[in-house]
Order: sequence, then C-alpha cells, then structure tokens
Amino acid sequence: MALNKQKSAAEAVAALRDGMTIGIGGWGPRRKPMALVREILRSPLKDLTVVSYGGPDVGMLCAAGKVKKLIFAFVTMDAIPLEPYYRKARESGAIQVEEYDEGMFEWGLRAAGMRMSFLPTRVGLATDVLAKNPQLKTIASPYADGEVYVAMPALKLDAALIHVNEADRLGNTLVRGHDTFFDHLYARAADHVIVSSEQVHEKLELDADTAKLNPFERYLVHSVVAAAGGAHPTYLGPNYGWDMEHLKRYNASASEEGGWAKYVEEFVSVGEAAYQTQIGGAERLAKLKLPVF
Amino acid sequence: MSDLAPATLAELMIVAASEAWRDNGEVLASGITTIPRLGASLAKLTHSPELLMTDSESYLVSEPVPLGPRGDTSNGGYRPKYEGYMSFERVFECVWGGKRHAMIGPTQIDRWGQTNLSAVGPDYAKPKSAVLGVRGLPGNSICHINSLFVPNHGPRVFVAGEVDMVSGVGYKPERWGPGMKQDYVDLRLIVTDLCVLDFSGPDHAIRVKSLHPGVSFEQVQTATGFPLLQAENLGETPLPTAEQLAIIRKLDPHNLRGMVLKNDPPALRAAA
Repeated sequence: MALNKQKSAAEAVAALRDGMTIGIGGWGPRRKPMALVREILRSPLKDLTVVSYGGPDVGMLCAAGKVKKLIFAFVTMDAIPLEPYYRKARESGAIQVEEYDEGMFEWGLRAAGMRMSFLPTRVGLATDVLAKNPQLKTIASPYADGEVYVAMPALKLDAALIHVNEADRLGNTLVRGHDTFFDHLYARAADHVIVSSEQVHEKLELDADTAKLNPFERYLVHSVVAAAGGAHPTYLGPNYGWDMEHLKRYNASASEEGGWAKYVEEFVSVGEAAYQTQIGGAERLAKLKLPVF
Repeated sequence: MSDLAPATLAELMIVAASEAWRDNGEVLASGITTIPRLGASLAKLTHSPELLMTDSESYLVSEPVPLGPRGDTSNGGYRPKYEGYMSFERVFECVWGGKRHAMIGPTQIDRWGQTNLSAVGPDYAKPKSAVLGVRGLPGNSICHINSLFVPNHGPRVFVAGEVDMVSGVGYKPERWGPGMKQDYVDLRLIVTDLCVLDFSGPDHAIRVKSLHPGVSFEQVQTATGFPLLQAENLGETPLPTAEQLAIIRKLDPHNLRGMVLKNDPPALRAAA
C-alpha cells in the first residue's frame, strides 16, 4: 500500500505555519482534537486565526497567546458556561474577533468547501453581526422578489484539525458519536486536514452499516495521528464523557496567580504520553461517564 | 393538592412558560435551560402533544426526557423514547425552515425585543463582560417563533437603550433596510421572575400580560429600563394546578428547578 498518512502529532503540526487560518472541529466541549491543540501549545506557532465552534480548544490557544484572531459564534464548556481564558483574551482586547451566527458560520464553511465566494442567507440581517463586521456585504435577489440577503463569505481554512473514533493510514475515518457536528464541512473548507484518532488501523474493512459512520472522504485527509484519549478533557461519544473534574481545575487555574503557567507545566509541557498518565490513563477515560442532557 | 408541597415560583414560571407553546402546531419546541425546558415538556404532556422535542442532544423523542441522571436503564432507569434524529445540522435546517419555537435566556433585552448574548459594555473590542457569543440568536430570531426567559428581572437585563450587541433581531424599524424580510420575526412571551410580558402593544411594544402573585405593576416598571404598557385584561399569573405540579415534579426528579432562582422562593410570596 503506497498510501500511508500516519504521522506523529509533532510531524503533523510541523506542517502548520505562523499566521495560518486553522479550523478546529467538534462543538464546545465535545469531540475536540485536544491532543493536536496541546501539540500546538508546545510548538512555536503564533499569530493564528482560529475558526471554531469554541470550547476549551479556543480558551487554551488564547491563554497561550497563539491567537491573533478568532472567528466564532460562541465559546463555552456547557456545564461551565463561560470559558475563562476566552473571556480574559476578549475583555483585555488581546484578540481580534469575527463573530457570526452559528448558521452563518456553517454557511461560510459550506461556501469554502463548494469553492464559492459566498452563500446568501437572511441570517445576520438587522443585527450587530453586520455592524461589527463591516467587511460583510448584502446582496439583492436577482429575481422578482428582490429580497436582500447577507452574502456570507467563504470561511476558507489553511488547515483543519479533527478528532475521530477510528481511522486508518489511508485517511478513512469513522465518527461513532451521536452527532458528527460540522466536521465534514471543516474538512471540505481546508487545504490541509490533520485527523487525530483514538485508534489507527492499517486499513479499515467495514460492513455497510459501519461505513455509514464515515463523515468525509479520505482524499481530504493529509495526516493521521494516533491519539488515544485525544479529545480529553472534552466528550467523545461513545468512548468517554467530558472530564468535569479536569475542566473545573482548568477553569479555576484562570483565577489563580500564574495559574495558566502551572497548568502548562503540569499538563502540556510534559508531552502527550505523560498527559495521559497525569489524567489517569485509559482506566480513568473508561470511567468518565457520558453526559446526560 | 393537599399531599403536595406548595408551588414554588420556579414551578409557576414553568407553567407560564408552557403557555408559550400552546397552539403552535407541529413545531420543534426548544426550551433552553431548566425552566424553559420544563415549560416545553409540560406543554407537550398537557395541552400540546403535537409538539416535537429532542433529548437535548441529537434525537427526537416522543415523550419529554426527565432532567438529570436517569439511573441504570437495565435496572428500571428511564429509557428515552426515540422517534427520530435531530443532529445539530438538522436543527439548523429546522431553524431556517421556520418550524421551531425556542425559549432562551439572553443577557440583555431592549424595548424592541432585541437580545444580546455576546458582550456587555460600550466597547465591543474590549467588552466589560464577554458572555457566550451571538450563538444562534441572529438565525433563530429572524427565522422562527421565539420567547424569552429572565430569572432575574432588573434594569441590567431590560436595558434603557439598545442592547450592547444586537444578537437577536427585534422590531426596531431603523434596523430593517429596504428589501430585508421581517415577516418571520415572531416574538411571543417573556417569562420573568416578576411577570409575563408579551409584544402585543402598538408596533409590538412590550406589555405586562400578567403579574406573579404579590407583584405590582410599579415594581415591574421600576425593575425595567424602559416604559412598559399594561394589558387591558392584566391579571395574575395562575398558580400551577395539582396535575401540572405532579408532572413537573416527575419530569425533574432531582429538583434542578429549585436551583434556578435565588433561595427558591414560593409562588405566593406572602408565604415566604
């Protein structure tokens, strides 16, 4: 087999450059590619434009000063509604923002994946999303109705980071959770896709029902990184729930003197293997109950 | 209701919230956070069984799911009754098609029904308080029916001027340019800890529809940053019936509703 896209996290992240626009899959505290985020935290990368339905991925990148600009609709950890490091960055004016409605955001990714410059939508009209994003323009229907829409520009990504349950070395992926969110759109919108996976197989050989869990085609994928526990501390259905204890600790660090530096020292600088040991290993992951809503 | 503890204010607000979904037809009822969700659930279990609901994750359920831990399904714990699928992507499609009535709790509301969930303070680049982000408010508000929930009725929520970052649209004419379609904007109720308001005044002005027991119109006006109208038939928000209380308490076995309002006050304040 000629195709082997498997790389270490460090090798995969080495393909990223300062100033890139990077999309991060998942949603809030759900199925975030946190092992790849931690690898970015350890790298010298800077001045990133981060595009995310944001959770602790955004908070940590803000805390580490990696973010020049954030393109987002929200940042939250759900059970802890307000993300502390996002708030700090936002309230101190440390980051530029491009704020969209959740659906406009989807539309932007979709436009990029379809190689369109924009897609029309009613959403955003009569709100300050237009006022705060002066680059946004409206467009009138060329048909008899003449209705005026927002022309939501394509959210083109230099790279996308996505975490999945299973993958193979060719770049085939399976998402086994209840919802695939918008990861397929991130993959289509990006020039370069890095997938991290709980398990990496030599070659997936699937029955038809399982093959339906494949969210996007392997030709979109450039790197496959083995990362067991790679979504921790976020929720990866059906493997493990979010780690509230860890998220609380992370949240508390934001109000401690030098709290982020301590978090980094304990959980980031040590490397991914030591991180997984620190949080209690596979045994602890298996004990993290799936959230009940 | 002799064997039932007296209704709490949270329970009265759940009943008031459930009224928002009466006669909506077959739409997705999305009550976000404890009291709105229990309101939607109560609506479906009483006057509006035709409503669609989800398990608050990704499936449609034929019966509202109780809140909080459900116990082990192999040992008599609650098992959700799935009837379909509703991923986030499908929720967006539902929103744009208009088949939804959501009730959410924004950080700020203004006299035009515009809402803010993004950032508080005069400087957007350096806000006094960064909240969540506009989330789905721009889309929800311009596409389908919406109601609002306010657990702490006061002038910081009901602001004097315009909200700091208009996230959800409202009825302010200056915001609507030529050719912009306002037809689907449909704001219904605001359920607060003091009263129920609607948008039935002239040009959708906000009116007090009913006052919770023991609350005066003046008290509500003082807690609101803009002038309010009174409904002609301004009355008292009804107390939950015994049937409603039983349903609410079954839907919320861990009493999460008791943690929404400070000190979980009784519905009849005099009883405090």
